[in-house]
Amino acid sequence: MIDQVPLTHILFLSTALFFIGAYGFLTRRNMITMLMSVELILNSVNINLVAFNRYLHPNIDGVIFTLFIIAIAAAEAAVAIAIIISLYRKINSIDPEQADELKY
Amino acid sequence: MTAYQIWFYIIASMILGGALLAVTARKIFRAAIALLVSLIGIAALYYWMHYEFIAAVQTIVYVGGIVVLIIFSIFLTHNPGHTIEEPVNIREAFTFTGCFAGFAFVFSLLNRYSFEQTGDALNHTMQVADVGRALLSTGSGSYLLPFEAVSLLLLAAMVGCIVIAIKIRTK
Repeated sequence: MIDQVPLTHILFLSTALFFIGAYGFLTRRNMITMLMSVELILNSVNINLVAFNRYLHPNIDGVIFTLFIIAIAAAEAAVAIAIIISLYRKINSIDPEQADELKY
Repeated sequence: MTAYQIWFYIIASMILGGALLAVTARKIFRAAIALLVSLIGIAALYYWMHYEFIAAVQTIVYVGGIVVLIIFSIFLTHNPGHTIEEPVNIREAFTFTGCFAGFAFVFSLLNRYSFEQTGDALNHTMQVADVGRALLSTGSGSYLLPFEAVSLLLLAAMVGCIVIAIKIRTK
């Protein structure tokens, strides 16, 4: 059964996933790969919610929260990609350091 | 080691391997495929925890929706076989140190904390009908207002996407 794997191992997995996503978000210089890192971070949070729900809480609140997070992540990805494509049309690049029109 | 444990470690290595490749691959299309592997691994983890419904939602929305959207946008903005430039060395070193320190900190915290159960959670099985009832009823333990708010958010995001990405013809 599931109690053969302790809860902390799943939490280690989600922590590692979160910091891998944070690493990618801070080092990549390409907006699409930065968006992919954000998806990894959101998924690590979802793993946490579902694991706590499975091991500690005899109810389905964590699952409902995960459903809401998935819906919001889908909306966020769609808007981000619309912005990226619009920016690509304007400056012909998706490097975030090239998008400096508001800087000066 | 039982089969249950072996499956968990296979799924965990699939998730972490895919995620590592997704943030370090130099070809952007390979990074997208590695992200796909990682997300399928997360769906498998939900399945492993006996939440079949949430595994199906993860597969449909992330694997079938977001990754396809990302691949479309890669083809709209890159030449095939485009190589991403290397990250700045000093920034990479600082980021790696910071992320590693953060991981070590959380790891040591989790190691020292013992999680107490609040009831017989391990024998609780989720029915999909419970999810539907919780989403569409009022009262304690139900989520009608957040459900409506998310519906409105999705509509607003859809309209916003069209407005942002539409090409306006000027004569």
